[in-house]
Amino acid sequence: MSAGMSQITTWLRDPNPTSRRQARLGQAYMAWLRMRRNPLAMVGLGIVAVLMIMAAFAPWLAPHDPITQDLSNRLHPPFTPGHILGTDDFGRDILSRILYGSRITLFIIGLVAVTAPVFGLAVGTVAGYFGGWTDEILMRITDIFLAFPKLILALALVAVLGPGMENAILAIAITSWPPYARVARAETLTVRTSDYIAAVRLQGAGPVRIILGHVMPMCLPSVIIRVTLDMAGVILIAAGLGFLGLGVQPPLPEWGAMISAGRKYLFEQWWVATMPGLAIFIVSLGFNLLGDGLRDVLDPRSAGR
Amino acid sequence: MSLLSVKNLRVSFDTEAGLVEAVRGVSFDLGRERLGIVGESGSGKTMTGRAVLRLIRPPGRIEADSLLFDGQDLMTASEREMRALRGPRIAMVMQDPKYSLNPVMKVGAQLVEGLRQRDRMSKMDAHDKAIAALEAVQIRDPERVMEAYPHELSGGMGQRVMIAMMLIPNPDLLIADEPTSALDVTVQAEVLAILDNLVKTRGMGLIFISHDLRLVARFCDRVLVMYKGRVVEELAAKDLMQAKHPYTQGLLNCLPRIGGPRQPLPGLDRSADWAV
Amino acid sequence: MALIEIDNLSVTFLSKGHRVNAVKDVSLSVAAQESFGLVGESGSGKSTILRAICGLAPISGGAIRIGGQVLDRKAGKAFAVRVQMVFQDPYASLHPRHIIDRTLSEPLAIHGIGDTDARVMRALDDVGLPRNFRFRFPHQLSGGQRQRVAIARALMLEPEILLLDEPTSALDASVQAETLNLLNRLRAERGLTFLMVSHDLAVIDHMCDRVLVMQHGAAVEELTRDQLAGAQMKTDYARSLFAASADRMLAG
Repeated sequence: MSAGMSQITTWLRDPNPTSRRQARLGQAYMAWLRMRRNPLAMVGLGIVAVLMIMAAFAPWLAPHDPITQDLSNRLHPPFTPGHILGTDDFGRDILSRILYGSRITLFIIGLVAVTAPVFGLAVGTVAGYFGGWTDEILMRITDIFLAFPKLILALALVAVLGPGMENAILAIAITSWPPYARVARAETLTVRTSDYIAAVRLQGAGPVRIILGHVMPMCLPSVIIRVTLDMAGVILIAAGLGFLGLGVQPPLPEWGAMISAGRKYLFEQWWVATMPGLAIFIVSLGFNLLGDGLRDVLDPRSAGR
Repeated sequence: MSLLSVKNLRVSFDTEAGLVEAVRGVSFDLGRERLGIVGESGSGKTMTGRAVLRLIRPPGRIEADSLLFDGQDLMTASEREMRALRGPRIAMVMQDPKYSLNPVMKVGAQLVEGLRQRDRMSKMDAHDKAIAALEAVQIRDPERVMEAYPHELSGGMGQRVMIAMMLIPNPDLLIADEPTSALDVTVQAEVLAILDNLVKTRGMGLIFISHDLRLVARFCDRVLVMYKGRVVEELAAKDLMQAKHPYTQGLLNCLPRIGGPRQPLPGLDRSADWAV
Repeated sequence: MALIEIDNLSVTFLSKGHRVNAVKDVSLSVAAQESFGLVGESGSGKSTILRAICGLAPISGGAIRIGGQVLDRKAGKAFAVRVQMVFQDPYASLHPRHIIDRTLSEPLAIHGIGDTDARVMRALDDVGLPRNFRFRFPHQLSGGQRQRVAIARALMLEPEILLLDEPTSALDASVQAETLNLLNRLRAERGLTFLMVSHDLAVIDHMCDRVLVMQHGAAVEELTRDQLAGAQMKTDYARSLFAASADRMLAG
């Protein structure tokens, strides 16, 4: 096993890669080594990894069914046999609900992460590259969206579209894209004056090729870092919507909705609201730490120097 | 007694790609003379200069058999003792004044800062001393320069301000790291002449780090030629044309000359034994 | 008929609120297969002339003609196959996230030229780089190697004219020698026309047949190589540049 591993690492460290794939994987490996030196980033990565494992293996990890009610078992405290984190007001095991809820959390942040940043990246790079009127118009539209408080706008959208998980995700995505546009535009303005852009323009390349192939790859690190840092915010907005009853609907075990339901019992049976609250806190912290760690690794200014 | 004595200096960096040895056993002695350290990029010349001032941060490591400045052991000196040395006794002038002068402070404020904080001079005295320092570097309008911001000065002027600033506390040793590389050719000569004059009149030691062999030979008394972290040759500047080491000879011969032959310029044989 | 003709070129642009007269009424002409140098200190406008030819700086007066045709601002592909440029900073002229293979094959892709693999490998051979550098990233190459890639890239489209903006200023002396030798060899092999900018008179003397000295955006004096070598300058500025050239510092 270790002989195989060292063979793979030698292949990855090869200074003369023989294919595109080897070159890219080699770079990824070096980035991974750099990140490994940052203990806090590894903690963040660990938390995110645990989240993913929880979501993937929830049916096998959860000791009980998250939906079935058992009113004779209501509001048992933590460390009750069979219910490590206690039960909620419908007798459902909180641990199981948290485990299944991680799927919902992951689904929400996953969908938002592939829609909002992509749109923001497109808007930002086009605005930054062309400048002039294109820049003005696109940025003013961005400003308008940015000016709305996220939660209020999300509420308004959900009020119009109706409650539910898909609509909550749509609402969050629509309110999240402006910062990515800003970040992408700032990077584009820096990149636009580089010699390598001048060189490819001199070769006769058109704006589409330049933006997609040359500008966007340079903006990606900032956007990726921003995405991980925003994940915490997305989870909280989803939780907020759930808390207000406008997001994921019961009996689905979304963490925010769980906190809302546990509000009534906050003083006597504190665990019903606190456990999902802790889950949100830990996952947000994990994404924040990961984002910080990625910043050191992905910053194009430090890459490879 | 020599001003600076370096024996077997080693500087290495721990990177994720492995150990990088920037300086691999450099030794030299410096009196109150002008020593040039010449090398190409990666030769370790800048790291040598910074190691003397202990300006290398982790993951860099400095090791030496001995590193003595005027009898004081720099390897065991505490950070506090080093701070007391940097500035008043050992000064450093760097390449680009755009990056080494504080862009948001007026020049006068920067010149006076050290005097007021470290030497506790009054405002008037510090101002006068700063003006005198600017006049020493042949700036004809010192009052105007005192009121200017660094970006308002030309490259040559900025570098002269830098030199003035570094020489105010009258250090014993000046380390100049490519001080004229960012300047135009006509300005280079002026700045070097000023530096030359100041070093001679104050009896300072000078370490002049550069990639330009011809420049260093003209300006310094002795030359150290470095390659990949090691000193490959040490000679008096006037003996440069009789250099024995193939690397030094290669460096001298590979430069184009005005009026020279149009044949391909001789390069360096990087497969030779010394090139490892 | 000269290949490059620049008539009374002026370039003025706004920088931080001020009007900058980067180039003032400069004229020159370069014959086919000739090597012409522009020499001057910073702010002389020499690099701006190159950028004006490429359409990277606005032309506020005068005209530039390539092969008799006036330069079209939106020249694009037709221009690209005639004129290419090698930039000064090897650390900035290659895209940091593209492997060398991508950098070299992109001009071919833009122009729909096939046989990419063979051409890329031939390009690497021509500039003396080992073929297994194909899949490296720029940060895995030294400055001199990057500049060779930049030269190879400029020659992918087989242009007639190569604009060189201080191609060796950022390189070590020994690497500079190798790069200059390479450029001379390629010029001889392919019959290229060079328009080269440098602040180093010795480099210009080695590479160019004629040279134009510039200062503060204006043309000061045009010299042939013999005049330069024989120190037969007529203007004071050209003479002071000659005297200050580091080359003069060593007697022999």
